[in-house]
Amino acid sequence: MQPPASPGDRVRLTTADGARFEGILMPRHTFSAPDITTLKLDNGYNVGLAATGSKLELLDKARPTPAKAITVPEDPAKPTIAVLGTGGTIASFVDYRTGGVQPATRPEELAAAAPDLFQFCNVRAEAVFAMFSEDMQPEHWTKIAQRVTWHLNNGARGVIIPHGTDTLSYTAAALAFFLKDLTGPVVLVGSQRSSDRPSSDASENLLAAARVAATADLGEVVVVMHAGTDDGACAIHRATRVRKMHTSRRDAFQSINVMPLGHVVHGQVTLARDARPLAAGPTQCDAVWDEEVSIITSYPGLWPQHIEDVVLKATVIVGTGLGHIAHRCLPGIQNVIARGAHVVMASQCINGAVNMNVYSTGRDLLQMGVLPAQDMLPEVAYVKMMWILGHPAWAKDPQEVRRRFLTPVAFELGAPTDVRAFGAVREGDA
Amino acid sequence: MTAPTMTGAIAKAASLAAKLDYKAIGFRCGLEIHQQLDTGKLFSRVRSEVVEPDEVGPRTIAVVDRTLRATGGEAGQVDVAAAAEAAKGLHFRYVAIDGLTSLVELDEEPPAPLDADALGVTLTCAGLFGSRPVDEIHVMRKTVIDGSNTGGFQRTALVATGGKIHVEGGDIGIWTVAVEEDSARKLDAPQDGFVTYTLDRLGIPLIEVATAPDIQDPAHAQRAAARLGALLRATGRVKRGLGTIRQDLNVSVGVGQRVEIKGCQDLRAVPRVIEAECRRQLWMHHLREALLARGAHVADGPVDVSTLFAATAAKSIQDAAKKGGKVLALALPGFAGLLKGETKDGPRLGRELADHAKVAAGVKGIFHSDELPNYGLTQAEVDAVRAHLRLGVHDAFALCVEQDAIAKRALAAVAARALAATQPARQEVRAVQPDDSTRFMRPMPGAARMYPETDVPPTRIPAARWQQVLSHLPPKPEERVAALQRQYGLSNDLVTQVLANGIEQDFAAWAPHGDPALVARLLLQYLPALPHGDRVRGHVPAVLAALKAGRFAKEAVEDLLKALDGDSSLDVEAAIAKLGVAVADTAVVDAVIAKVMAERADFVKARGMGAIGALMGPVMAELRGKADGAVISARLKAALEKAA
Repeated sequence: MQPPASPGDRVRLTTADGARFEGILMPRHTFSAPDITTLKLDNGYNVGLAATGSKLELLDKARPTPAKAITVPEDPAKPTIAVLGTGGTIASFVDYRTGGVQPATRPEELAAAAPDLFQFCNVRAEAVFAMFSEDMQPEHWTKIAQRVTWHLNNGARGVIIPHGTDTLSYTAAALAFFLKDLTGPVVLVGSQRSSDRPSSDASENLLAAARVAATADLGEVVVVMHAGTDDGACAIHRATRVRKMHTSRRDAFQSINVMPLGHVVHGQVTLARDARPLAAGPTQCDAVWDEEVSIITSYPGLWPQHIEDVVLKATVIVGTGLGHIAHRCLPGIQNVIARGAHVVMASQCINGAVNMNVYSTGRDLLQMGVLPAQDMLPEVAYVKMMWILGHPAWAKDPQEVRRRFLTPVAFELGAPTDVRAFGAVREGDA
Repeated sequence: MTAPTMTGAIAKAASLAAKLDYKAIGFRCGLEIHQQLDTGKLFSRVRSEVVEPDEVGPRTIAVVDRTLRATGGEAGQVDVAAAAEAAKGLHFRYVAIDGLTSLVELDEEPPAPLDADALGVTLTCAGLFGSRPVDEIHVMRKTVIDGSNTGGFQRTALVATGGKIHVEGGDIGIWTVAVEEDSARKLDAPQDGFVTYTLDRLGIPLIEVATAPDIQDPAHAQRAAARLGALLRATGRVKRGLGTIRQDLNVSVGVGQRVEIKGCQDLRAVPRVIEAECRRQLWMHHLREALLARGAHVADGPVDVSTLFAATAAKSIQDAAKKGGKVLALALPGFAGLLKGETKDGPRLGRELADHAKVAAGVKGIFHSDELPNYGLTQAEVDAVRAHLRLGVHDAFALCVEQDAIAKRALAAVAARALAATQPARQEVRAVQPDDSTRFMRPMPGAARMYPETDVPPTRIPAARWQQVLSHLPPKPEERVAALQRQYGLSNDLVTQVLANGIEQDFAAWAPHGDPALVARLLLQYLPALPHGDRVRGHVPAVLAALKAGRFAKEAVEDLLKALDGDSSLDVEAAIAKLGVAVADTAVVDAVIAKVMAERADFVKARGMGAIGALMGPVMAELRGKADGAVISARLKAALEKAA
C-alpha cells in the first residue's frame, strides 16, 4: 500500500465526475471549505477540488530543497550596527509554496532582504523575538532595551530594531523613556507591504534605518518609515511623537504636532537642528514600569462605573476635544483620585494639545486633580505614566509623580505646535 | 516527425519559400485570448474605464514614484524573467486617475474580494466552452516587475479547465479559463529613468482563455480567434473597442521552441504574424547550423575602440562623445554575413542582437559589421576596428556608442544572444510590431512566478451555482444567426456579418425601427467608413425615425450620414435640408419621368414596357434620393403603360 500523500508531494486527483488533475498537494487554506483539496498545477495555478468521491494517487514524494547559504561579509573599516529582530512584516519572508508568511529567525534571512546594507556597514544580527507586534507586552520592551544597551556598550555604532507596525510606537516611546546617554542612534523600523512583493517598502525602510544607525550624530530613539506613498524618501520620527495613522499605507507613520526629526532621501540623512547628538556613554538602561495603568476612551454612552472598575494606580482618559468627558463621569473620576489614582487627560483628536482652561468641564477636571497630557500623544502619556510609577521612590510621592509627568524627558511634550504638522499643510512637506 | 532533424539548408529554403508547408515544418500553435469584461474592477469596487489621452492631465489626482525589486521566488530562487526586468534598473511613475483609482490600485490597501459579477461572466464563458469549473477558486500572485502592476504582481485565478470550441478546419481544445487583473497602461517611453503608467486600466477584469495547440495553420488560427471572440461576446458582458481584446499566440516549428507572441490586437494580422514567426524560427535554425559549421563564437568582452573614432564624421558618435560616451566593440568571430537577413523584411540576427541590447540596457540600438559602412561610419573606420580586433573575413563585430556602463550592459546582452544563436532554440516572449514581425521582449517566465494571494479568500463554486450558470447560458452565435434570420428575415450572410463584427447590440436596438437590411448595411458599411463614425452613431435613431416618417427616401441615407459626419453642427433635419433630399411629391417624380422619357423617345417607342429597367437609373439619378425606388418604379410603369 502506498503511503498517504502529504503537502509538497506530487499527486494525481481524479474527481467524482472523472476530471483528472496533476500537481503538488498544498497545505489547506484557512478559509477553504472542509472538503476541499488544494493542488498547485504545473501551470502555477492553485485550484481547490472537492475531495468527496475523488481519488488521490501519490506520484512522487516531496524532495526537500537545500537552503541557500548566505555569507555575511565583514569589513573592519565599516561601522557595525546591531539588528535586533522582533518580528512583524518587515522581519518576515514568504513561503512561495504556501504563500504563508514566516518569521525571519536567522539574521542572514533578514540581511538578505536588503543586501545593499553591507555597502556601508557590518551587521551584527540578533533575533530577540519573532512575534506579531500586537502580542508585544511591556516585558518585551524591557528585553529590547537591555539588548540595545548591551550592543551600544559593546561596539555597535547604532541599533536598528525591525518591529511589527501595530504597536511599534508604544515600544518606541518605552525605549525613549528607558534609555539614557545613547552612544548610538536607536532606530525602530517597520514595513507596511510584505517583503515577498517586488513593491515592498521593507528593503528601503531597512536601508534608511541602517543609514541613520551607522552614520547619524543622533543620540535618540527614532522611527524610520516611508515619508510618503512614493519610494525614495523616508522620514525620521521622534519616538515619542510618532503614531500609526493609517491601517495600510506606506506612510502610515506620522509625526504628530511636530515636523519629522529628519529625512533619509536616496541614502542621504538630514536632521533637524534640535536633534540630540550622540552621548559619550556608557548608555544607561532604566527599564522599569508598573502595569497598573490603563487607557479609557471617552465617548457618548460611556458608563460612569466603567472608570471606577478599570482604574488601578493610574489611567489616561482619551477625552474629547480639548480634554473633556461627560459630566456624569466626573464623580467616578473624583472617586478614583480619592483612592490615590493618577488621572491623565489626553485627546482623541490626536492632533493638537489638550487645554482644560477653556471650558468649565476642563476647569472642573483640573480642580479634581486631573493631569493634562498637554501635547502628548495618549499612548505616550500611558507609557510615560507606567515608567514613572515603575520607580518606587517617585511613585510613593503623588506630587513627584505629577511633577515628573509634566516635565519633558524625551521630547514627548512642550514643543510649540508646528503649523505645518497637520492635514493638508503636511502635503507640502518633505 | 522529421522536422526536428531538418538540416540548416532545408530550414533556410523553407524560411524563404513563397508558401510554407505547415505540416512539413512541424508547426504547433495555440492561442491565449485576453478579453476585458464589462464589469467593475476585479479586486476594488472601482469602475472599469479607461480615459482618453487628453483627459489624463485634468483627471490626475496623484503622481507616485515607485521602485520594484526582484524578490526571491520559490526555494529562494529569483525567476529568470523577473531577474531580466530587475537588471534594467528602472523606476516607475504612476498616475492616479480621479474616480478610477483607489488605494488598491496604488498598492496601498489590501484587495477586496473577487468581484462576483466578473466571476459570473467568466463562469458563463466556461459554460459556453464546455469547460469544467474548479470546485474552489484560489487567487494567485503572478510576479511581473516591468512596472505594469504597482504591487509587482498580477492577481489571477484559474476558474475552469477543459472543453472545446467548434471551428471550421478542426475543433480546438480549451486548456484553461482564468480571470485576472488587466495591467496599468504605459503612458510614454522612459523619461529621466522613469517609465510612466496610468492606473485607470489596472484591475479591469480580463478573462484569459488558453487553447490546446490544436491549430493546423495560420488561417485556422484566425478562425479560432474569431470564434473565441464571438463566444465571449455572446455573454453581452465584454468590453468593445480597440485594446479590449488581445490575442497572444504560442508558436513553434519543429526545429524551434515555443515562442509566446504578445499584443496582437487585430484579428486580421494573426495569420501574417504566425507566418512571419515560423519563417523566423526556421531562419534561426539555418543560422545555428551555419554558425556551428564555421565554429562561430563570441569574444570574452567588449573592447574600447573610442580612439579609432576620434576624428569621425559620424554624428551619432560625435554627439555621444560630447556627453562622455564611448565606442565599445564586441568581436563576433564566424558571424560575418549571417547578421543581415536574406530579404529586407525577413528575419535578421542583427535585429535580434539589437533588440536584446535595447531590452537589457535601454540603448537605441547597436551597429554591426554586416550593415557597415553606413550611418556615417566609413570603410576606413570599419577596417580600423577590424584590424584592432584582429578579425578575419568570416568574423563580425558589434559596436555600441554609449556611456561605458550602459554600453557594457548592452554588449553583454548582445554577446549572450549571439552565443544563444549557436545553441538550441530557447523559449521566449516576443511582441508584435506594426509590420507583423515580432521583437524579443523577455525570456519565457518560469513556474516560480506564481504564489498564493493570501489577502483574498478562496471562492467556492457549489454544484448548484454551476447548474444555474449552465441553465442560463446565452445562445451561441450560430443560434443567434438562426434567431435573427427568423426575426428579421435577413440573409444568413448578413446576419453572420452582424455577429462577426460584434454589432449585434446596436442592430437589435435599431432594427425594429427601420428596414433591418438597411440597419445592417448602415452598421457594417456606412458608419465604419465615416471619419467620425462614433459621433454620427448618435444621430442614427433620429435618421431612422425621419426615414420611417417619410421625410426622405432610403436611397439618401448614406449621403445624409456623410453630411452629418462632415459638419458636427448639423442635426438630422438640417442635414436633410442641406442635401435637399426631402421627399419629392409624385408631381415632381412624374415630371422627371416625363423629361427622361422625352429625351429617350425612340428607345421608349422601340422597347415599350421593356424600357422600364433601363429608365430607372437615369430617373433615380435625376431625383438623387428624393424619392423611394419603389415609388419611382410604380410611377414609371404607369407612365410607360400610358405611353404605350
